[in-house]
Amino acid sequence: MGEKAKGFFVTGDPLIYGADVSIIITLLGILIFLTYFKKWGWLWREWLTTVDHKKIGIMYLVSSLLMLFRGGVDALLMRMQLAMPNTHFLQSQHYNEIFTTHGTIMILFMAMPFMFALFNIVIPLQIGARDVAYPFLNAMSFWLFFFGALLFNLSFVIGGSPDAGWLSYPPLSELAGSPGPGQNFYIWGIQISGIGSLATGINFLVTILKMRAPGMKLMQMPLFTWSVLSSCITIIFAFPVLTVTLALLFVDRFFGAHIFTATGGGNPMMYVNLIWMWGHPEVYIVVLPAFGIYSEIVSTFSKKKIFGYKSMVFSMMIISVLGYFTWVHHFFTMGAGADVNTFFAITTMAIGIPTGVKIFNWLFTMFRGRITMTQPMLWTLAFIPCFLVGGATGVMLAAAPADYQYHNSYFLIAHFHQTLIGGVVFGYLAGLYYWWPKMFGFKLNDRIGKWAFWTWNIGFYVCFMPQYALGFMGMTRRVYTYGWDMGWAPYNMVSTVGAFLMGIGFVFQVWQILYSIKHGERDLTGDPWNGRTLEWSILSPAPHYNFAHLPAVKSDDAWWDMKNHRYGAAVQDNIKEYTPIHMPKNSGIPFLMSACWFVAGFGLTFEWIWMGVAGLAGVGICLLARSFQRNTDYYIPVDEIKRTEASLGRVV
Amino acid sequence: MAQSAISVDAHHEHQHDTFKLLGFWIFLVTDCIIFACLFAVYAVLRTHTDGDLTGRELFEVKGFTAETFILLASSFTSGLASLAMHKGSKKQLLGWLAVTVLLGLSFVGLEITEFANMASEGAKITTNGFLSSFFTLVGTHGLHVSFGLIWMIGVMVQIGRHDIDSLTKEKVTIVGLYWHFLDVVWIFIFTVVYLLGVM
Amino acid sequence: MGSHENHGSAKTYILGFLFSLLLTAIPLWLVIQHVMNKTALTVSILLIAVLQLIIQFFFFMHIREGEKPRFHVMALVLGAVMVFTIVAGSIWIMTFNSQVH
Repeated sequence: MGEKAKGFFVTGDPLIYGADVSIIITLLGILIFLTYFKKWGWLWREWLTTVDHKKIGIMYLVSSLLMLFRGGVDALLMRMQLAMPNTHFLQSQHYNEIFTTHGTIMILFMAMPFMFALFNIVIPLQIGARDVAYPFLNAMSFWLFFFGALLFNLSFVIGGSPDAGWLSYPPLSELAGSPGPGQNFYIWGIQISGIGSLATGINFLVTILKMRAPGMKLMQMPLFTWSVLSSCITIIFAFPVLTVTLALLFVDRFFGAHIFTATGGGNPMMYVNLIWMWGHPEVYIVVLPAFGIYSEIVSTFSKKKIFGYKSMVFSMMIISVLGYFTWVHHFFTMGAGADVNTFFAITTMAIGIPTGVKIFNWLFTMFRGRITMTQPMLWTLAFIPCFLVGGATGVMLAAAPADYQYHNSYFLIAHFHQTLIGGVVFGYLAGLYYWWPKMFGFKLNDRIGKWAFWTWNIGFYVCFMPQYALGFMGMTRRVYTYGWDMGWAPYNMVSTVGAFLMGIGFVFQVWQILYSIKHGERDLTGDPWNGRTLEWSILSPAPHYNFAHLPAVKSDDAWWDMKNHRYGAAVQDNIKEYTPIHMPKNSGIPFLMSACWFVAGFGLTFEWIWMGVAGLAGVGICLLARSFQRNTDYYIPVDEIKRTEASLGRVV
Repeated sequence: MAQSAISVDAHHEHQHDTFKLLGFWIFLVTDCIIFACLFAVYAVLRTHTDGDLTGRELFEVKGFTAETFILLASSFTSGLASLAMHKGSKKQLLGWLAVTVLLGLSFVGLEITEFANMASEGAKITTNGFLSSFFTLVGTHGLHVSFGLIWMIGVMVQIGRHDIDSLTKEKVTIVGLYWHFLDVVWIFIFTVVYLLGVM
Repeated sequence: MGSHENHGSAKTYILGFLFSLLLTAIPLWLVIQHVMNKTALTVSILLIAVLQLIIQFFFFMHIREGEKPRFHVMALVLGAVMVFTIVAGSIWIMTFNSQVH
């Protein structure tokens, strides 16, 4: 243990000392603030123990934006290192750590929570429900994600960051290749948050299937709800694979087994096979909800029903299932043989078809629509050409023989950033701008938002278009430096400029949020965009029970229908007598149980068995305590509903 | 109008009971995927003995046959427990659950003995790829059974305290489903690991 | 919802148990006695395992229970497809370097 304790704190790098200082200052600042303003009780009651899906959504959102910042700083550090040949800004080891954490954080700790933020904030409102199916489990999912992310990020200052790539292929990630605790941080950080993701998948699937407002048929659900349904189906089948794969890697490292080792009869390629069985569906998990967001936005801001609703639904469902049958295209070069590669090349190309259908549907929805150029619409319009190029280069990569040329080159890097930024990040940002008034009751400033939009977009193309060329010129991913003789310098310099433009775009967005908190246009109607779906039928922000009366749905685009065709009936609904509303009680167990997981994960990372066992025992005690609880819900009395509705400005 | 609002809300609450069951079925599907991955790893690595002993030399027919029949019987007794519950007999319910727990305990005991015997013959998790995948697959199932035992005892305590009500009924149904599921998984371990192993 | 017959009766449990015992004993006997050649034996014991799975789903787990639409059955069917994909897919993909001794 003495040996291990010596390397406990990461030392020797000025960047990390800087981080240490800023972490300590921030922590102290938060502690002093909470104590001075006597906010500890407030924090515990209103946030740490909440089971309200809207608050959980906001916590997901804040965490994911913080992680976007950290992942973005990683990206900028990499681009600074690569801007010029023979740079010694970062050491090779530090570069390895940064590309590993950049990838892991952006997918698992930025994209996933950002997606869950939108799930949480929008889905119950959109289907006319008062909460999710399992509110307690929902809180647990968030805290598992939170503590998983915390554990992963802790590796930056304690023990050392993982450095074996974002998917940590063995044998490099085995004990022989990565003896330090960094790899264990990776395993447990992802494992703990992954359990939460799986639970969220089950939770929202049941919510959508079982808790829709009376009258809402499956084929009347808004398309964002459909996209979440398809994404959850994929989560359910993909995330258990991740759990097993990481657990087996840990078994290898902890017990000395030979599952993925290069010696003793292990098979490292089996890890690659398994991790991509999760990894490929994962990209569909994050992109499908983005498709749903685009559908909502295109329809709202073209003032038209979505074109080809049924084909939209079917294409999403096809993508969610077919997405499970393409994973080998990530390792065509393994040498599995022509028949295997052919099968997976064909499935990969086939998945482009439903995606193409969706693009045409969006275009046809806009065709002859009365388009208003709001911020959500801008991001949606930017997405279409960007994703089109990303999709086209994807088909190029899907051609198995040609892939031997592109594999692990910057061509691939440019391709997946184009789909993940152009498809996923643009989509989530569009969703953020679209639903922001519903979350907080005010719009985000337009002028600063346009600056952010244009710097992001121009920056994106400046950053990634040169990388396609670099790929063809032979630059492979994960090289930490290169010589003048390669001829890559000008392209890399341009790419770095683009990356910084995107960074400036992010700064604009932070400014935009801060500015709008003070000066943003307040939303007093609850329906700032003239929306079509049920979330716009209630005031912004929504009261904690969402709907004083559960809405009765009679068609698709339910709120549009109510506003324009059944307004009398809708008003009638509102003056009905209130009845007490059944709601779940807050609980501290999700927070405590996830904290116990954190303790267990930390102990197992350092192979301190006593600490791991103590943490797991804590998890078990929390589970039992929950099982023995009986009064987990309560009724909101009619008086309180009346008061709340009146205070929100609704006539009672 | 007010009347219909009440019935709508009441309808929604009543459905909460069936939510849990659907969610648990979906959880079982995810658990199926977990075992599918472990089976896949075992199927790929079962010949990777690195020159060491194979399954045919290591597995003992008597041991795994006993484990199989004990778990099968426990699945049956947990079914009888749920039957007793629907008849409203607390005594019978607790009795059959106790029998199920005892059978489960003896299953775990036999498995631990089997693992210990193998280890004493030099067949450990560290020996080779085949044994690593064997111990993780069968061990994961064993952990599931052990977890189920603690869970079942917890449910028994709650029945003791609160008798058979809608909440304990739901808990017995769900833990019973879990127990049957573990038996189904074992059938495949029995067939794929042991029978194909000694063949 | 008054659907008592759905919870199963003593008869279905006993019947399910007897079927299960039989479907466990048969493959055991087949393997110990080496009744068939290796391929035929493998196929038959796997088929019997699947049969037993179906028996247990119907007799023990009451898969037909629950209100319509039966989302849990759809989940199970899709799950079965995925399980097959994972296991058969992995075996197929990994044959390129399998060690046969």
